[in-house]
Amino acid sequence: MTSSEVERTPEIASATTDHGRHLEQIWKTAPGIAGFFSTVDHKAIGKRYIVTAFAFLAAGGIEALIMRAQLTGPSEHLLSPEQYDQLFTMHGMTMIFLYAMPILSGFSNYLWPLLLGSRDMAFPRVNALSYWVYLAAGLFMYAGFAIGAGPNDGWFNYVPYSTRPYDPGLNIDFYSLGMIFLGISTSVGAVNFILTVLRTRAPGMSIDRLPIMVWGTLTASAANLLVVPAVSLAFFLLWMDRQFETHFFDVARGGQPLLWQHLFWMFGHPWVYAIVLPAMGMVSDGLPVFCRRPLVGYTVVALSTVATMILGFGVWVHHMFATGLPNLALSFFSGASFIVTVPSAVAVFAWTTTIWLGRPVITTAFLFFSSMIVLFVIGGVSGFMTAAVPVDWQLTHTYFIVAHIHYVLIGINVFPVVGGLYYWFPKMTGRLLDERLGKWNFWTMFVGFNLGFLPMHLSGLRGMPRRVYTYAEGMGWDWLNLITTIGSFLFAFGVLLLFVNLVASLRRGRIAGANPWDAPTLEWSVSSPPPPYNFAVIPRVASRHPLWEDRLAEGGAVRSSVTRGMVLDHGRETIATTPLDGEPDQILKMTGDSYAPFVLTLGMTVLFVALLRHWWWVVPVSGLAILAALLLWLWPERELDQVAETRS
Amino acid sequence: MTDAALPLERTGPLPVGPTARRGLGWWGVLCLIATEGALFGYLLFSYFYFAVQHDQSWFPHPLPSFRLAAPNTIILLLSSVAMWWGDRGVRRGARGQLLTGVSLALLLGIVFAVVQCFEWRNKGFAWRAGGYNSLYFTITGFHLMHVAVGLFVLLTILVWSMLGYFSPRRSAPVLIASVYWHFVDTVWLVVFATFYVTPYLW
Repeated sequence: MTSSEVERTPEIASATTDHGRHLEQIWKTAPGIAGFFSTVDHKAIGKRYIVTAFAFLAAGGIEALIMRAQLTGPSEHLLSPEQYDQLFTMHGMTMIFLYAMPILSGFSNYLWPLLLGSRDMAFPRVNALSYWVYLAAGLFMYAGFAIGAGPNDGWFNYVPYSTRPYDPGLNIDFYSLGMIFLGISTSVGAVNFILTVLRTRAPGMSIDRLPIMVWGTLTASAANLLVVPAVSLAFFLLWMDRQFETHFFDVARGGQPLLWQHLFWMFGHPWVYAIVLPAMGMVSDGLPVFCRRPLVGYTVVALSTVATMILGFGVWVHHMFATGLPNLALSFFSGASFIVTVPSAVAVFAWTTTIWLGRPVITTAFLFFSSMIVLFVIGGVSGFMTAAVPVDWQLTHTYFIVAHIHYVLIGINVFPVVGGLYYWFPKMTGRLLDERLGKWNFWTMFVGFNLGFLPMHLSGLRGMPRRVYTYAEGMGWDWLNLITTIGSFLFAFGVLLLFVNLVASLRRGRIAGANPWDAPTLEWSVSSPPPPYNFAVIPRVASRHPLWEDRLAEGGAVRSSVTRGMVLDHGRETIATTPLDGEPDQILKMTGDSYAPFVLTLGMTVLFVALLRHWWWVVPVSGLAILAALLLWLWPERELDQVAETRS
Repeated sequence: MTDAALPLERTGPLPVGPTARRGLGWWGVLCLIATEGALFGYLLFSYFYFAVQHDQSWFPHPLPSFRLAAPNTIILLLSSVAMWWGDRGVRRGARGQLLTGVSLALLLGIVFAVVQCFEWRNKGFAWRAGGYNSLYFTITGFHLMHVAVGLFVLLTILVWSMLGYFSPRRSAPVLIASVYWHFVDTVWLVVFATFYVTPYLW
């Protein structure tokens, strides 16, 4: 290995144990605390994402239970109005921003290089950065809550409530800066996903052989790249209005409060698709394994994933039907909101047909994946209803909308995620989750969820407004709320069973082996858990189902190979392929473990705390520290062939 | 799944590590530009969203003057040209051209930033004065921040060039910096057209 190496023909060989040991030396993370803060292994980062997101899910869940306790009967006094405000805002913020997206990033981080036949994500250090920033931003926003100044104007934080005259505390400042901070994590993560799928796939994995989950996350990432700036900007403008007397949202001084709603929902609606499309992808990939056949309609499902997102850019005003916009605008966005159900329906039909034509094996993962279809249809229909302007006028800001959003987010995010956990936990840990407890887990969650949230539709139809901290007796809402509370606690008990199963199975679960489900994709071709380098040799892919080729007769005469392929062991290396055809293009030198992402995150945390507390002198200092850290990060390295060939 | 069925790989020699356009960095900067471009898109959306809801009285009087802004625009464009020329230099192996090009781009960029500060000082209003003013300073401020980052990048490239880090083959950072700088300049053209030209057409 010399620094002047500019070209090489990759050596092709079969994997051997010696070779594995050599790669292990190259790719392993240092043990102990040093490795903890410096690792860039996508599997470690993915697991951290999943654990952290579940911790936030638990926090958000407890917040919800406290609210449900308050709403059990009329005129309860468990919570004060201010406490209730903070709780429902924290609950929404936590679930939507700190759980729903990061959990999917966790799965994608862990799985992508394994699904794609690569040894790491395209930018390993950016991957670490995106996790650390997510954690820091989450803690930043929870710090506000801990000192009694959590965000308290609802997760979509409408002005003028959230402007300084009406909300003078630090609450909204924590939220504004925290969301800008979190946006950095989402954006860099999105770039990493896009480049990983476009450039670091196994040779032969052309774009029509990608797992649907990859399509989902790719689509979501592309959307995030374009819409996250909208919400970061909205929060920045709000922060400016609050701190520096600008007038973006002040109608008396040439500003416009509706600008907030436009910027927020231009982001917000595509975001909803970003937090469900990858989860729908999990179902598209996982469900067929338990139906013992390939997904029906791969191409239309992939295309409808992309179509959903494209249409999803044009529906944001359906959150604003009641704001007095012109009828022409309402009609357009109403129409677009109807049309967006078409690609979703395509996916639903593909899944049901897959079950119909397959020979389903009723595992816990199958139950979660297939029940998602039911919940998706219920949430989809209530969404379709409110796409009609007059219906929306009647139902907006009632519990009907609360029911809708929970069917969509719990139905299409939480259920697939838990199913995904039952499916991929063996890959991550080497042990299977307990199936008996799993069935209990599923049925409590499923029954609890529907018991809790189905009656909410009726509460909404009967006029119960959302976000009220209590209600008077005799409105016809009492028994509905009682049932909802019982259902919520049952659902929470189901989630608790999941946690119990996770902890117990981690220690005592049945040993899984490489491919416990007899699944078709590349991640199941390596040991469970996979070695640090993922693949001893880079696989060569000839079909959508590399491990099912023998029985499907896919791929023609050429077969996929996972035991013989490119060796690439001159340091941390993987192969770059062309974006569409997946033909080998370049040998990539991957960056090793580094403290830079962690240090950079610390610098940014200091910056955001300084902005919050108005420590203006700290701002340039931390700014310079951030630039210095970036410079060290990006400094060309001879070992990675980033510097001119030595002239000798 | 059988190895015997695998045809011999016919892959020839492949480049190792980043080469001019084939590294991941090139794709990375394009993604960065997409997201930053979106940010400016939303900023300008805010501007036009306000503008269409008011008549001409929403704009300041007198309307923004071209006196500093027009020559400054030309300076920034020349800076882009210099960077492009320097980038061509590194790919031809002409180190002198690279150094001259990057230095010139840096210098012209600094001139732009300084003139822009004068332009701010000459505005007879504060950001507090109303919606238009808040937007003017925020949007040009965002742009100026991007110029500052761009100048820092150009300075880094200059130092790395002096250290002899680049060759025709290993020149990805120059290309990346160059593309980013062109982006910052393009954004200025749009910002300029928005704030200085469109009010006259209203």
